[in-house]
Amino acid sequence: MKITTKLWIGLGILIMLSPLGLILPDHFKAGDAWGEWGTDGIEELVGYIPQGLERLSSLWSAPLPDYAFKGWEEKGLGGLSFAYIVSAIVGIGLSALIVLLLGKMLSKKED
Amino acid sequence: MHIPDGYLGPATCGAFYAVMLPIWTVASRIVKKTLKARQVPMLAIGAAFSFVIMMFNVPIPGGSTGHAVGGALVAILLGPWAACIAITVALVIQALLFGDGGITAIGANCFNMAVVLSFVSYYVYKAISYNAPADSNRRVVAAGIAGYVGINVAAILAGTEFGLQPLLHHTASGQALYCPYGLKVAVSAMAGEHLLIFGWVEAVVTALVVKYLQKQAPEVVEEGGV
Repeated sequence: MKITTKLWIGLGILIMLSPLGLILPDHFKAGDAWGEWGTDGIEELVGYIPQGLERLSSLWSAPLPDYAFKGWEEKGLGGLSFAYIVSAIVGIGLSALIVLLLGKMLSKKED
Repeated sequence: MHIPDGYLGPATCGAFYAVMLPIWTVASRIVKKTLKARQVPMLAIGAAFSFVIMMFNVPIPGGSTGHAVGGALVAILLGPWAACIAITVALVIQALLFGDGGITAIGANCFNMAVVLSFVSYYVYKAISYNAPADSNRRVVAAGIAGYVGINVAAILAGTEFGLQPLLHHTASGQALYCPYGLKVAVSAMAGEHLLIFGWVEAVVTALVVKYLQKQAPEVVEEGGV
């Protein structure tokens, strides 16, 4: 088997395991990454929402915010895990596709 | 380490976009000269690997979370310029589609994770693995140390960017406009977490994959990146 095939299988396994990145922090009651709090979180930490931060934080509305489906907030860990796997597939697929296209454009033809 | 929108002021965001534009241009020129067509599928796998490994949030019980970046591995195998492009693609998709990292902070996030992490890891690996045969354990150790050092330098840089904001932007009464934490708090938090925990995740992941490739595809390890 070609090494690229083996590595894609490895990536497939990582995709299926990716909800661990959601479940373990939940289990160990770990919060947001440092510096990645929402406006509520920051108000809790410092007592106010910095004006510029409040203005810019809503600048962009991502289609799959935090690797989840909009409106699925109440679906629990099962639903969130499913959305996480779908997000991983979409993200991996797009990353690989764009790099393949860029690579085709950039790389030397002769080998 | 994905700085969201609102944490960096316009001056910092603009400066990092301005720094990244020539870096992206040079990276595409160099990759055009050095990347072989048969290495392209490997680079796509590198971008995919970086994307998914960043989804594995590692908890500090009762505290925060963090994750590996995977940039060290891509830089070691395909070179820092190719890694810069692969990690940039992953970071831009994370920002646009998943709101992980801000749109205004793409320049800064790419500088930290796609450029600094890649280059530091690459040169640490080269220095330690110098002249070592492709199957030697020294390469595995070098890969681990490269990942550890690379992600920590990137984290300290991100902490510095956060920490400069209260100095750069505040109201007359002294309230911060963007990130409210100063250098001391931001740098110690980012450095501490990564030195103690997330740096080891990057180290182990990088070393394990290099070890696996030594067995399964030694030519990939031998070729290395330019």
